[in-house]
Amino acid sequence: MSERTERREGRERMPSQHGMSERTERREGRERMPSQHGMSGERLDGLSVRDLRVSFDGFTAVDGVSLEVPAGDIRFLIGPNGAGKTTVVDAVTGLVRATGSVRFGEEELLGRPVHRISRLGIGRTFQTSTVFEELSVLQNLDIAAGARRSWATLARRRRGVPDEVAAALETIGLAERAADLAGTLAHGQKQWLEIGMLLVQDARLLLLDEPVAGMSHEERDATGALLETVSRDRTVVVIEHDMDFLRRFARSVTVLHAGRVLSEGTVAQVQADPRVQEVYLGHPVDAGSARTGLEA
Amino acid sequence: MTAVTPAPPSTVVRPAPAGAVPPNRPAGRSRLRTLAGFAFGAALLFAVAPLVLSDFRLALLAKYLCVAMVAVGIGIAWGRGGMLTLGQGVFFGLGGYAMAMHLKLADAGPGGMPDFMQLYGQLDELPLWWRPFASPWFALPATVLLPMAVAFGLGSLVFRRRVRGAYFAILSQALAAAMVILLIGQQGTTGGTNGLTDITGFFGYDLDDPVNQRMVYFIIAGTLLALLALTRQLIHSRYGELLVAVRDGEERVRFLGYDPASVKLVAYVVAAGMAGLAGALFVPAVGIISPALIGIVPSIEFVIGVAVGGRATLLGPVLGAVAVAWARTALSERFPGTWTYLQGLLFVVVVAFLPGGLASLWALARRRDVAAQPLRRGWLSLGRRRAERTEVPAA
Repeated sequence: MSERTERREGRERMPSQHGMSERTERREGRERMPSQHGMSGERLDGLSVRDLRVSFDGFTAVDGVSLEVPAGDIRFLIGPNGAGKTTVVDAVTGLVRATGSVRFGEEELLGRPVHRISRLGIGRTFQTSTVFEELSVLQNLDIAAGARRSWATLARRRRGVPDEVAAALETIGLAERAADLAGTLAHGQKQWLEIGMLLVQDARLLLLDEPVAGMSHEERDATGALLETVSRDRTVVVIEHDMDFLRRFARSVTVLHAGRVLSEGTVAQVQADPRVQEVYLGHPVDAGSARTGLEA
Repeated sequence: MTAVTPAPPSTVVRPAPAGAVPPNRPAGRSRLRTLAGFAFGAALLFAVAPLVLSDFRLALLAKYLCVAMVAVGIGIAWGRGGMLTLGQGVFFGLGGYAMAMHLKLADAGPGGMPDFMQLYGQLDELPLWWRPFASPWFALPATVLLPMAVAFGLGSLVFRRRVRGAYFAILSQALAAAMVILLIGQQGTTGGTNGLTDITGFFGYDLDDPVNQRMVYFIIAGTLLALLALTRQLIHSRYGELLVAVRDGEERVRFLGYDPASVKLVAYVVAAGMAGLAGALFVPAVGIISPALIGIVPSIEFVIGVAVGGRATLLGPVLGAVAVAWARTALSERFPGTWTYLQGLLFVVVVAFLPGGLASLWALARRRDVAAQPLRRGWLSLGRRRAERTEVPAA
């Protein structure tokens, strides 16, 4: 693919979001690693996990999980503590070693270092918020947007607000807090900032680990609406214990139990599955309240 | 992408104000203030100090300013990058020895050998690895590039293996010890414990002449100002913001698609280059470089100045380094023997009660530079808490 075609693609992707200066900058990044950019077009990709196995010192945390998350899905991963939900996400993002196969689109992810996987368009959040508290909201987003910046761009000062950052600030509703330190945000706002960082990072697969934990009802609704918006051109996987949130926003559900897939389907199908009811002691509804402590 | 505003209903979401000024971005006014600051500093160093201070005191100040250059580098690596480097003496020494080797050879004249070699080494001819240093075209760049190359090699190994925190500090300190042992062990070619002494000439100028000493002082002061300007650009650049992000959440940065190892490597190499330059200028100012000046103790003393002044600020390390070095001289003159205790006490007090250094008092009052706010995390801290949480999935 020639350089010129790539630039055009980049422009087509976010036509309204390119100011002059930022366009120059993007082009610089583009020239630096053309192959990476060729892949992150507007194409929607799905996640395909085959026979994933993760073990720590003999303990098998994930024991042969296979998942197909179609492009544009909002897939919820649920299961009791220790079911291996977070470990699956860790394996997909390269944080832990795993065997089997994880493909996003055409790309095999297993065996790549974390930052390479991230550059393929896979972004994740963590159970605990991990924004850079001593940097401003704007700086957080600007850093998230810049993994492909050249050293020459990095050496210069940030002037103004890059367009994709401004758009993300609007999307996550933090435009007014742009100049504040991220450490001063409320818990829910930090979670949104995390999602905003994934947006500007241009992640096409979002892996969210308990995004609404500790949020108020209003914040949950807003987060759900945000997920629906971002899933229009992205694939979203959510680990969540909140069953109410799941019923409202999940398009499909995978239930994990003891490192294996227990059940998969729509919310109704999964809820009707007797094995799921058994694992959740009768009622899936109880799962939210039965949850104890943090699962790592 | 713009349709939804997930803010709670109670919050009115408005479009970003047109001139939403990012906190770190100096507007025209602040740039003016910076220029004024530099002009003030230049006036102090170039006009006031030479007028007020005796030749002896001015030579001491030149020495302090060299220490301050090392401190500026530590401010970048440690204050901004979270790498507590207890071995800057190595880079200081590499720069110093490179310069001293050249000056010794220049003193000895063409084809001559440094005096100590005949004395200790009983060598008949110049060792091979000394020869390139006869040329200033090799020796001068080497004072900076050699430390940077060593830092690059070491940093590449260390940061990719994710060595950090106390482990990195210990490793860097061990390197300083190793360097000293190496220098002392090779007495015949390095001058051993004595180091390289009696340096009398500096590119044709006699260093015993006070006028030339003054010239050396001016070179040092100018270099320090240039390094400060460079550092200011660096910490306000996007890279500078990224470096702070790596300091506070290395794992998170990795998940954003950066390789934190290369981000840290740049800061470490820059700091090493500054230490090398400082070492090189230290030699004509003081006339000697020896293992005692670059080992573990001086390496730690570099860090103490930075900690006292404020490691995450631009001027904190400089002022801290000069103040500590000056206090050391002043107090040792009056109360010999007590300085070590005072220095230890000072260090403990700063670490315990003012982890952001004296500059954090200033920053608290001004709240200008967010990344220079008093560091909430501890002193070795490096933002490990969050990083650790994401590191080891205990399933």
